[in-house]
Amino acid sequence: MSDPQSRIAEIVNANDVVLFMKGTALFPQCGFSSRAIAILDRLGSKYETVDVLQDPEIRQGIKEYSDWPTVPQLYVRGEFVGGSDIMMEMFESGELQELLATAE
Amino acid sequence: MPMAASDIERLIKAAIPDSEVTIRDLAGDGDHYAARVVSESFAGMSQIKQHQAVYAALGGRVGGELHALQLETAVPQTEKTQ
Repeated sequence: MSDPQSRIAEIVNANDVVLFMKGTALFPQCGFSSRAIAILDRLGSKYETVDVLQDPEIRQGIKEYSDWPTVPQLYVRGEFVGGSDIMMEMFESGELQELLATAE
Repeated sequence: MPMAASDIERLIKAAIPDSEVTIRDLAGDGDHYAARVVSESFAGMSQIKQHQAVYAALGGRVGGELHALQLETAVPQTEKTQ
């Protein structure tokens, strides 16, 4: 098994839109993750999710990967976009729609 | 372990001296806060970098000791990054 950082790099590069979160899209386990899912669903974009609660290595590793201390974290085409606060601001300004439109 | 709002404000101001910090306790449990941080030093920084600067000021507490900090950052006046 490869190290967590390579596994994370593989995931973010293999998926155009991927959200690292607590729980699943259907059953988010944290209010912030729930908010991130609500935004993505609202935009109707296709996305993958990774439940960090199922994998302690990814849970710790994702914080180091992006130098970002919290989950959820959104990645679009391999680039870290931000957490749920930034997602909300970008959603309200229309930037997130634009970014996701280019990913499809 | 919960943190007092005044501690959060003190730590942010220690690291970003010119910042204007507003803290709201979201759940009344000392564990879920919202913070708005406005600083001239954010000028020219991406929003991710601005948030990272605040997280750095809190020295690793966010995501640990402090479960969650809903964060909003801005440069004073109309000069926003986007």
